[in-house]
Amino acid sequence: MSTVPDGAPRKTIPAEDGTSGPSVGTGFADYPPAPMSDEGRSRAEPPGRGARWRRRLIELLVPLLAIFTALVIGALIILATGASVTSAYSGLFVGAFGTPLAIANTLVEATPYIFAGLAVALGFKCGLFNIGVEGQLAMGAMSAAVAGYAITGLPLIIHLPLAILAGVLGGAIWGAIPGFLRAKTGAHEVITTIMLNYIALRLTDYLIKGPFLDRSSSAPRTPFIAPSAELPYLFGPDYRLNAAFLLALVMVGVIWWLLNKTTIGFEIRTVGSNPDAAQYAGMSITRSFVLAMAISGGLAGLAGVGQVLGLEHNLKASFSAGYGFDSIAIALLARSNPIAIIPAAIFWGALRNGAGLMQLQSGISINLINIIQALVIIFVAADQIVRWLYRIRRSGMGQVVFTRGWGG
Amino acid sequence: MKEVDLLTPQHSLLSPAGSAMTPVLEVRNITKRFPGVLANDNISFTLEPGEIHAFLGENGAGKSTLMNILYGLYSPDEGEILINGKKVTIRGPSDAIRQGLGMVHQHFMLVPTLTVAENVMLGTEITKGILLDEAQANARIRELSVKYGLAVPSAARVQDLSVGVQQRVEIIKTLYRGAATLILDEPTSVLTPQEASDLFKTIHALQAQGKSIIFISHKLGEVLEIADRITVLRRGRVVGTTVPARTSEEQLANMMVGREVNLTVDKGVAQPGSVVLDVRGLVVLDDRATTAVNNMSLQVRAGEVLGIAGVQGNGQTELVEALTGLRSVQSGHVELLGHDTTHALPRTIIEEGVAHIPEDRHRYGLVLSYPIADNLVLSTYYREPFAHGVVTDESSISMNAQRLVKEFDVRTPSIMTIAANLSGGNQQKVVIAREFSRPIKLLIAAQPTRGLDVGSIEFIHKSIIRKRDEGVAVLLISAELEEILALSDRIAVIFEGKIITTMPTAGASLEKLGLLMAGITSEQNPQRTQPARPPSDETYVNSA
Repeated sequence: MSTVPDGAPRKTIPAEDGTSGPSVGTGFADYPPAPMSDEGRSRAEPPGRGARWRRRLIELLVPLLAIFTALVIGALIILATGASVTSAYSGLFVGAFGTPLAIANTLVEATPYIFAGLAVALGFKCGLFNIGVEGQLAMGAMSAAVAGYAITGLPLIIHLPLAILAGVLGGAIWGAIPGFLRAKTGAHEVITTIMLNYIALRLTDYLIKGPFLDRSSSAPRTPFIAPSAELPYLFGPDYRLNAAFLLALVMVGVIWWLLNKTTIGFEIRTVGSNPDAAQYAGMSITRSFVLAMAISGGLAGLAGVGQVLGLEHNLKASFSAGYGFDSIAIALLARSNPIAIIPAAIFWGALRNGAGLMQLQSGISINLINIIQALVIIFVAADQIVRWLYRIRRSGMGQVVFTRGWGG
Repeated sequence: MKEVDLLTPQHSLLSPAGSAMTPVLEVRNITKRFPGVLANDNISFTLEPGEIHAFLGENGAGKSTLMNILYGLYSPDEGEILINGKKVTIRGPSDAIRQGLGMVHQHFMLVPTLTVAENVMLGTEITKGILLDEAQANARIRELSVKYGLAVPSAARVQDLSVGVQQRVEIIKTLYRGAATLILDEPTSVLTPQEASDLFKTIHALQAQGKSIIFISHKLGEVLEIADRITVLRRGRVVGTTVPARTSEEQLANMMVGREVNLTVDKGVAQPGSVVLDVRGLVVLDDRATTAVNNMSLQVRAGEVLGIAGVQGNGQTELVEALTGLRSVQSGHVELLGHDTTHALPRTIIEEGVAHIPEDRHRYGLVLSYPIADNLVLSTYYREPFAHGVVTDESSISMNAQRLVKEFDVRTPSIMTIAANLSGGNQQKVVIAREFSRPIKLLIAAQPTRGLDVGSIEFIHKSIIRKRDEGVAVLLISAELEEILALSDRIAVIFEGKIITTMPTAGASLEKLGLLMAGITSEQNPQRTQPARPPSDETYVNSA
């Protein structure tokens, strides 16, 4: 038991005693004479609650300011190329939200981001860094596509849930493998999920071009799924918005509830915050790791399900547009809060959807969007920059455990 | 309090060297505010050349804040600092070092994988071209260790050294940088009694060479032993300054806490019942796969406290982890009330009625980012009434928290306060409240009062004795011999993973236990006193 190598770096609290750090309402840390204690307690009550809300607001402020700062820098880049900032940004906005169709398309773009962002966020809550969303998404899409076209003659009420379930299982199994390896052998999930990504992408590529190829088509893709496996459009086929978006919203609620209102979520969060304490309290770390990675993979699988059953109705070779990696950015932007995943994903979808009109209106390359996205990620990940820029104090509570175990 | 007039701050002008000399360090009217807290309130003191000035105060009294201001980690809101009579502004640790201040932190700032010499050089490397000049650094280190009697193996890696030796490395580091004034922050909190007495020799050697020392502590006995002057802080203020000859432990405790404190534990005669914990031939390995617990057998009965005395690193940690299911057992048997729990899971052992106060409450005992309410159900969250099926019941969880916070006197603004924002004493009360809140048969208390203030220690000792009187078997592991003697009904001495003797507390004394802990049984010749990690003799730079 070496107290020394561990003691110093692990400490996140400013100092040994509560009062020396800028923590809230620590006057009680002292021992006031007995008669004073009651008064001290009631006096300290209001700041406890008020400060909590203020802290939450500040936590919300940082990602918003990160986006704002990224847009400002984006504007400087536009200026430097000699184009008009107003026409570029108005194009971006109108393209994303200008018409009902634009809004619907933004939501279509946002749907896979919600599922995938949720997947990464859930991993973070358990202290796991799931970089394997890309592969899990591919496995989910593959399973859903096969269940969608290979099974025929079932009514929608049975076939659709079956195809969805197949997609969830495909992703969940692909996610559970690294969870199990981490718990049993200590193999780091960052490494194993990246490797499983390659396997999943090559495997689906092979399957689409081999056993599951639609021979009647010139493009390498699977056959179209049966209509009974299609996720219905919400406003008719003119608007591509489909039930996958609603399913995504439901999953946000389910994951929020799971994390905050159930014993399973309590275990996942405890293992993520302090695995030693979780073990001490009798929780099974193996179970939490496997379960969290399976749920995370299942959510990633749902992102693939939505694309196949709701949008494409088949699966093409090299179909993914990097959802798996953008999802990490979205989880960071949302600070792993399931509810915040929705606006973060819509923002991401809006950037992608509005980029076309922006280019048309101002001649600015679509690639500017990539720069803005990258800047947002940098400012969210290195939030110290934003805090320094706008003079925001660190609250101490918002320190989300993203991952642990990076090189010990 | 009648003593107060004798201890008014005016007396701080009185110093062993007389007031004619310029103080090496003078602090005038320092005030530091944090949101909602006045951490330092108009603090003034002086440090004379060659003086050992002790600062005494409970956790949260403002000692660390004051020292962090001196070391440049915080800037004061008001007040000024004078060094050798000149007003200075200390903007950071490098400023402080330039002004001749050296600080030895409670948690050492050493790089475990580097050697002693490399650690000492770190930041002030002597170079030959682009290469480090280790020979010259070694020579400087040898010179310092001879001068101050600080034996350190300069070629050994820090991670292989005992805590006491690591602390010497920290002291040498400050001297290497030319410190004239040393700030020692709770230096004995990590040491064994033997290591502490070595440290005191070192401190006297430093004093003899003209160094001035600020000694921060909350332990009354050692402050009386080592200090020339004692300043007591309470809630950010100087309560008084005195000299050891004019005061006593009781008086200092009362000043620290602000009320009368009972330093002895009142307890009746134990009424031992049937055997609750029965350990036979237990063998447990440590992280490096060497035998830590070596064929150990012990029994604890209902209604008695068995204290385990021993120098840290003799298998105590591994024993507790094995008994609570956190570490696998190599061989032997553990029985709890007749059930075999040798290879049981932690949860099974908890459900058998074992409570565990872990030695590292930040690592095991609490989830620091969780509110108090969640920490209070950390091991029972899945059971009625806290959960129905998999759905947690927030209202029972918060009712439970309200009740326990009141019952265990946890000082907190709300049950939703984050555990990290509590003082050490209140954090430990949360751990104890949780462990005591379910029906238990066996209490395993490892270092239950480590690093806590007098008021909390008093409360925790009473709680443990109350559990004993309710018929709970208590296994107490502590590095504080006073604590072992005060609470135990029987004392077992652990040495190199074995219980070398067990005796009733009535037949034990500090001296006797101290010798046994070093592995010296009365007929035998002395054994090695540092069993865990003996650095080979030749790597030692011995003082003359």
